Amino acid sequence: MSDSSMNACGLCQGEGLSTLKDGLWHNNPISIQILGICSALAVTTRVINSLVMGAALMFVIVMANLSVSVLRGITPRRIRMIAEVAIIATFVILVDQFLRAFWWEMSLALGPYVGLIITNCIVMGRAEAFALQNPPVLSMVDGLANGLGYGAILVIIGIIRELFGAGTLLGVTVLSPEWYTPNQLMILAPGAFVALGFVIAVFNAINQFRGEDNGS
Amino acid sequence: MNATPALVILIAAIVTNNILLANFLGMCSFLACSRQIDTALGLGAAVIFVLTCTTVINHVIYHMVLVPWQMEYLQFIVFIAVIAAFVQFVEMFVERFTPVLYYALGIFLPLITVNCAILGASLFMIIRDYTLAQSAGFGLGAGLGWALAIALMAGIRQKMGYSDVPRPFQGVAIAMVVTGVMAMAFMGFAGMVDIQ
Repeated sequence: MSDSSMNACGLCQGEGLSTLKDGLWHNNPISIQILGICSALAVTTRVINSLVMGAALMFVIVMANLSVSVLRGITPRRIRMIAEVAIIATFVILVDQFLRAFWWEMSLALGPYVGLIITNCIVMGRAEAFALQNPPVLSMVDGLANGLGYGAILVIIGIIRELFGAGTLLGVTVLSPEWYTPNQLMILAPGAFVALGFVIAVFNAINQFRGEDNGS
Repeated sequence: MNATPALVILIAAIVTNNILLANFLGMCSFLACSRQIDTALGLGAAVIFVLTCTTVINHVIYHMVLVPWQMEYLQFIVFIAVIAAFVQFVEMFVERFTPVLYYALGIFLPLITVNCAILGASLFMIIRDYTLAQSAGFGLGAGLGWALAIALMAGIRQKMGYSDVPRPFQGVAIAMVVTGVMAMAFMGFAGMVDIQ
């Protein structure tokens, strides 16, 4: 992947597209790379939480990738890790303060998991593996793709858990309580683990069916 | 102010509010390092030590420095810096004075900086408004709970090597399902003690 994107910018269009596809499917941060699953499990009790968390992470990863990429020429190699952490933490503080100011209920619902975007391996991993070697715009596309891939899985798990755990989607009743008894277990911790396990298994099954085994 | 005794918080953090099985923190290293019991125990010991110490240090810094100067919004960056510096310091210290321990734990120490259980415990401590003693109890309990979970998982995964797992589930997927069953088992403790 990184080989093809090291080319000069004549192929930017194609590269951007393949970078996008990489993040969304072939190299999806959660289902293939198995990164950043703490928050994928913790905040997915409701679809709306998943959406907000996905958006928050997308903002952080795009801005962090942009900053790391812009500064990649002048960052001394020895202290690049601490520089990356400082950049990421700055954007996470922005997101956290924004949520506190404008959406207090959501800030309470997400609890410490907004702050934990700092240690989310996806953000750090993309900064280290992609943004350090690539120009700013392509790095932003990569961040966007990984953020989208992450958000997509979060929403899928959120849909599964909210639908079966509470019988609602985005707060609207879908499975009527007259004939469906909500399975509280899906909202609780074990449901999260099992739901993610099955989502990963479905991704694996599709990839194996198409003959591109990732051997995860 | 939270009135729960520190000892209750310690026990609750191990069983009912296990930082991994109930709060999903530290999943990355939990999945990556749970293939062998020896590795799991080594990493678990390192996490117990670092988690207890950084929770206490962060508590002191938050209440002595950040709150008086009204810089609470800087907590993320300060906490992560404290954790990184502490881990670096411990690594140098252990390497210099106890080489045996260094070879047992040394390779795990750099991994711990990015273990979200460490930062997560500090953030929970702030959100739940713990006192110093409660923070120490919570840090120790969370570390012990995490170590217990990864050691159990390593045991199960070693046994699972002999079982015939369907192909799409091989690897991480079955590990997640097993963790789910483990979390369900730990829910049997619910109601014994509770912290919020």
